[in-house]
Amino acid sequence: MKVALFIPCYVQALYPEVAEASQRLLEQLGVEVDVPRRQTCCGQPMANAGFEEKAAGLATHFETIFSGYDYVVGPSASCVAFVRGHYDRLLGADRPQRCESEGRVYEICEFVHDVLKPQKLNVSFPHKVSLQNSCHGVRLMHLSAASELRVPYYNKLRDLLSLVDDIEVVEPERRDECCGFGGMFAIEETEVSACMGLDKVKRHIATGAEYIVGADCSCLMHQGGIIDREKLPIKTLHLVQILAGGAGQQKGGAL
Amino acid sequence: MSRHAQLAAKFQSNKAQAAWHDETLWMVREKRDRMSEAVPEWEHLRDAASALKLYSNSHLEELLLQFEENAKKNGAIVHWAKDDKEYRQIILDILQRHGVHHFIKSKSMLSEECELDPFLLKHDIDVVESDLGERILQLMGKRPSHIVMPAIHIKKEEIGELFVHEMGTEPGNNDQTYLTHAARRNLRQKFLNAEAAMTGANFAVASTGECVVCTNEGNADLGMAMPKVQITAFGIDKIVPDRRALGVFTRLLARSATGQPSTTYTSHNRCPHPGGEYHIIIVDNGRSRLLADPVHRRVLNCLRCGACMNTCPVYRRSGGYSYSYFIPGPIGINLGMLADAHRYYDNVSACSLCHSCQNVCPAKVDLADQIYAWRQKLQRYGVADSTKHAMSVGMQVLMEHPSWFNAALRFAPLVNKMPRFLLYNKLNGWGKHHEMPKFKKPYKF
Repeated sequence: MKVALFIPCYVQALYPEVAEASQRLLEQLGVEVDVPRRQTCCGQPMANAGFEEKAAGLATHFETIFSGYDYVVGPSASCVAFVRGHYDRLLGADRPQRCESEGRVYEICEFVHDVLKPQKLNVSFPHKVSLQNSCHGVRLMHLSAASELRVPYYNKLRDLLSLVDDIEVVEPERRDECCGFGGMFAIEETEVSACMGLDKVKRHIATGAEYIVGADCSCLMHQGGIIDREKLPIKTLHLVQILAGGAGQQKGGAL
Repeated sequence: MSRHAQLAAKFQSNKAQAAWHDETLWMVREKRDRMSEAVPEWEHLRDAASALKLYSNSHLEELLLQFEENAKKNGAIVHWAKDDKEYRQIILDILQRHGVHHFIKSKSMLSEECELDPFLLKHDIDVVESDLGERILQLMGKRPSHIVMPAIHIKKEEIGELFVHEMGTEPGNNDQTYLTHAARRNLRQKFLNAEAAMTGANFAVASTGECVVCTNEGNADLGMAMPKVQITAFGIDKIVPDRRALGVFTRLLARSATGQPSTTYTSHNRCPHPGGEYHIIIVDNGRSRLLADPVHRRVLNCLRCGACMNTCPVYRRSGGYSYSYFIPGPIGINLGMLADAHRYYDNVSACSLCHSCQNVCPAKVDLADQIYAWRQKLQRYGVADSTKHAMSVGMQVLMEHPSWFNAALRFAPLVNKMPRFLLYNKLNGWGKHHEMPKFKKPYKF
């Protein structure tokens, strides 16, 4: 199985520890991982802001550097959802075949849950964590049952954390309400975005959790910025940092 | 910063009121969740509603003509209005022909869309809104902030004060029951004096020629019960093939809108009173144009239940008046763009693309996907946000050159050492409410 790690641009710049944990987790699960050096950005920030054409070149670049792999796996549900949902169209109508990345790109938790299916992980995390069910993870990638839909409850993130020893997993009230990041939405609609973020963080805190844990660094970055500004008593972690072991002990372990 | 963002900031400046608005509407979303949980086939109903709407909106000619034929058989007089101007004129002609001066109407979003009330007032017709929320707003001279609960943003203290002047209630008595009784007495006179009555319609049934109105207050029924002249007007997208199809929608509508199993009254208006006239006006006003647009035609599925507003985290925290179109929230952003993109483009920023609206919509309108699609068009209209454009250009240039990007990664940690005033200022919208994340030494794979 040939697997490439897709590390979104802002994760490379701000959360190298998430990139490291992603690689370590996959290797611990017996997967050989390639990390193409020339990868940059999937183009989602520009497209969501209304400048999709500025993402077209990046889609072509992505399709090229990640060709030849069975799976492309990244620690960001939102970026992965963008590749899946928009790349075929962005690559242009004049192509002979469909976009290949679309079918093989996975969010890393989804990949571990659906493809690798480990039975145990041999890691312990003796803390209470509150799940950040991010919008694109829930509603575009179906990582958990959306609260609006009348479908039986499931949560792939919770399933994975059930393999971790000594952990307590909870979900906040309004379990999948948006945290208000939304890319450039946070910059244009500053006040509403900040209010949504603060509301979300407070609901995570109300669970009594020590960590907000999710599969999207962007939601965690938004909430982390508010936590730091308001000096609130909770930290953020990407799920892979727990699954790979060593989170909370290593320096700079928290996002 | 868009006009919506500016007005939202104003709404947010009263933190307590903004939090109250968010919680009140979230409670309605929760009621909707509980109601839908009690219907095991909920998701099948949504599929059926979506399919039925797509069917009826693609068979409009057949269904509307069938409706007209059946309505005429029932004794109704059917009019066709191609736009808001024709709609207003048809109503005015009917009222003037019968010498009507007192006109009572129930809530109709179509009448808001076509700006009926100011037009009639200009022609000396005393039009009275009989839905309590609408009546309060009419007396205050304000517009609705929600399509189902139009006065949801107004506190009872403000209503108490209004009623002191308008209805002679005791100053300082803001008890809901007391105020409601006062409104009831006051409106009762209006009902008795009206020479003509009007309602909108939630559904028009092609196979029977009847117009179906769903209300909780019974005001539509009371209004229509007495005057000899009755009018119902609806948009062409309200047509449903038959009563079996209607059953799918009535099961979804109130559960989605207010979290009730059904509205208190579901009235089927069919024929005139003995010796009276029943006029039905079928209105296009731009709807048929939307059918030609494959990206946006699904908005015609909308039942106007307002569920997308109640779930929208942005609407709940910015209020109905932060949107420039008369319908706010996700459906309003889309309908505004379809009505006049150059006038209403500044609502397109009011979306974090969380997609919750698409999941609650009983007729499965792809609201968030359509907002995304509208954003792509703003540049062509010359109204795209310059800050977001500059950021997107900058990112594109950097990201299309992997070696520049890698070099930037190496130097980025220097930013962490910059003095605070350079990092946190007016140019950095992010820094207003967030600490900046720290750039770190890139991970060596």
